[in-house]
Amino acid sequence: MPVTVALSWTELKLFLREPVTVVFTLALPPLVLYVLAEVFGNTPDPQGHVYRGVGAMDYYTPAYIALIIGSFGLIGLPVHVASYRERGVLRRFQAARMPVRAIVVSQLAVLFAAVTAGAVIVVTLAKVTYHVAWPVAWPGVLLAVLVGALAFAAIGVLLGAALPTARAAQGLGVLLWFLMLMVSGGGPPPEVLGGALREVATFTPLKHLIVAVQDPWLGRGINWAELGIVAAILAVAGALAVPTLRKRT
Amino acid sequence: MVEDLRKAYGTVVAVNGVDFTVAEGEIFGILGPNGSGKTTTVECAYGLRKTDAGRIRIFGVDPQEQPDRAAELIGIQLQDSALPDRLKTWEALRLFGELGRRSPGATATASGRATNERDVLEQWGLAEKRNAAFASLSGGQRQRLLVALALVNRPRLVFLDEMTTGLDPAARRDAWHVIQQARQAGTTVVLVTHFMDEAEELCDRICVLSQGRLVAQDTPARLISTYGGGIRVRFDVPDDVALPDWDRLPGLREAHRLKTTVELRGSGSFLTALGAALTTAGLGDTDLSVEQPRLEDVYLRLTNQAEEI
Repeated sequence: MPVTVALSWTELKLFLREPVTVVFTLALPPLVLYVLAEVFGNTPDPQGHVYRGVGAMDYYTPAYIALIIGSFGLIGLPVHVASYRERGVLRRFQAARMPVRAIVVSQLAVLFAAVTAGAVIVVTLAKVTYHVAWPVAWPGVLLAVLVGALAFAAIGVLLGAALPTARAAQGLGVLLWFLMLMVSGGGPPPEVLGGALREVATFTPLKHLIVAVQDPWLGRGINWAELGIVAAILAVAGALAVPTLRKRT
Repeated sequence: MVEDLRKAYGTVVAVNGVDFTVAEGEIFGILGPNGSGKTTTVECAYGLRKTDAGRIRIFGVDPQEQPDRAAELIGIQLQDSALPDRLKTWEALRLFGELGRRSPGATATASGRATNERDVLEQWGLAEKRNAAFASLSGGQRQRLLVALALVNRPRLVFLDEMTTGLDPAARRDAWHVIQQARQAGTTVVLVTHFMDEAEELCDRICVLSQGRLVAQDTPARLISTYGGGIRVRFDVPDDVALPDWDRLPGLREAHRLKTTVELRGSGSFLTALGAALTTAGLGDTDLSVEQPRLEDVYLRLTNQAEEI
């Protein structure tokens, strides 16, 4: 078994043993989605004002796939990276000449496995309860998920490298998660938010990712502008994350 | 193996011209106070840190130029490093075992690997903890696991940095035993330690670092005879007894008399000559309290001296 596979397998097991991360990526998104569905149902607003003119569940399902990515990037990964740094695990890996490629690939493997599992749970729930439609344009959705996952991976590594401890990372991560959930369109429909909150929302990466996943899902084509913003976030966070992590290992 | 090593962090010179050679099959100790450059020396020798100057060769390989080749020859246990809390003992061994199989020529079948893992767990007294998470292990068990990981791929040379810090006395003895076993199996050991009894017990040779400089290098016994200040003898004599003339004692270095207590310090044939002199003076049944100098005395003397300069 090559080292990369061995490490990925180990990391996957460690992910499943980390309750906070599992709760925020696999349990909370479907739970919140279910509550929202019970409240708002899936009948489109007749005037077409809220939920971008579609039913609440059709709106929320793609948004919650984006939220799962956000959960992993804001809570799971920063806590993991910060605790590895804090505890000297990265130093241990470095000393054992663990290839950097193996470390990066194993984290991405866990990220994509977690996002896939979370998405399957969310979509299954939405299908069974409200017969939510399948994505209109699969390639656009997959592209947005891919770019979004990489962007949040970069954000996660940056937070994990910059914050002093794993506890700090967890505190800040949960705070950011709730903020983004509430203002980025994962909670109240964006149309009902006041002007100031909408301003705040445009600065959250999750807002852009949600729209980038929703548009192709709802048959509105690939939103290149939002996708571009997510890609730019990936570039900036990635460029900051690598030297920060190197300096603080 | 290490020649004129120099390394500075910014303006702080951590290691300033250290030279030493470790012979194959030997247990070599690196001693020194905190901040004396021990860990930096080891990390440079392993290729984890870039050196500023100097030459390092490990079995002919330059770890600065070919860190991956050096890594195949060396195992390392670092100070202040740990494993993920929820990683199980056997998973750690498997993972770090995989790292050693990257090189061509490494042949291990699945069953051979399982046997090796079991052997390592047995050897380190971790067999019962095979399925325990790292976080649930005691300090001693963690340390044993980290040292076991350094040895799992049977390196020719192993660096152990403060291996027994935080262990209870029994666990330390166990760790010593395993180090001796590893050496008998042919592994060269470089031991960084704070503990003089550990160095005295295990090391064939030691070097003492202080403020980035090498202040002494020899076998523990020779260091003690050179820097230990000799044997100290103390005894009580009644006030009115005339004492022999100490100046004629061979090897005498110091003599003090405080009321009824006499304290002498010397080396070589000093002790037997003293016995003879006392017998001649009719003091043959005096109780002598004799103290051998210990490595600790040498260490304190050497590191203090270096600081005074």
